[in-house]
Amino acid sequence: MKLIHIIPLATLATAVYAASQTFDFKDPKGMNNAIFKLVAPLESINGSASGISGTVLFDPENPATTTGKIIVATESLIVPNPLQKEHMHSATWLDAAKYPEITFEAKSFANVKTETNVTTADVTGTFTLHGVSKEITAPASLTYLKDKLGDRLPNLKGDLLVIRAHFSINREDFNIQKGQNLDKVSTNIDLTLNIAGAAIAK
Amino acid sequence: MLVLVSAGATWLATGANRGWTKTSVMVKTLDPVTGIEGISYDKKFLPGVDFFGAAFGGAALLAGASLFFRKSKPNNQQNNQ
Repeated sequence: MKLIHIIPLATLATAVYAASQTFDFKDPKGMNNAIFKLVAPLESINGSASGISGTVLFDPENPATTTGKIIVATESLIVPNPLQKEHMHSATWLDAAKYPEITFEAKSFANVKTETNVTTADVTGTFTLHGVSKEITAPASLTYLKDKLGDRLPNLKGDLLVIRAHFSINREDFNIQKGQNLDKVSTNIDLTLNIAGAAIAK
Repeated sequence: MLVLVSAGATWLATGANRGWTKTSVMVKTLDPVTGIEGISYDKKFLPGVDFFGAAFGGAALLAGASLFFRKSKPNNQQNNQ
């Protein structure tokens, strides 16, 4: 390939990269959360996680190219009963000491629809829980809030990206108490993610 | 009986929680910029079915123990004579 062909390609690649912004999801206000809900015949369990971090590369002009990884600290999972929380973190269930992170790495977007600043899509990626990785597809919405970082964190300028997703997983797919405690702990886990990331203007 | 009634009244008064006893409750706070509802936990005692079970066990234990401390009734026949 001649140099004359490489230059436009390199320029195009740089332009695409330059349009993408990196959003950091470690929220200094601690509002980011993931909610989990399990409804079993004998008991329903509701809880949340707040230890969220990770980065997402987002281009407002081309949301379909979004990639990134969201991390939830296993230790940050809370249920309102302290003994239940202890059991949940123990080696019998999530084994937070051995598997300190629950992650989702977005790889591709499908059915992308954008209206004004809101993009909805089916996001496919790798979900890792309890040391087991599985490819899942989850419907998600991404709301791009241009120049709104300062409204939330004074003295800072930049953009915000709000991601919301709701999906279900089966705990047995992740080797969590397979075939056990089915009457008390549902195999189906409903997950709702509500997170905001910030891209500080340079 | 008093223990059982008190436990039942407490359980009903705090919302008749049919799950396990909770020591905190989820509180949601809206972030006006992002629209995200942040979650925090307030310390609050919400007795559950285990609390009710423990109260029932305690009441049964007290009822059993009370049998050993019964006052002997005066003998009516002796009084009549």
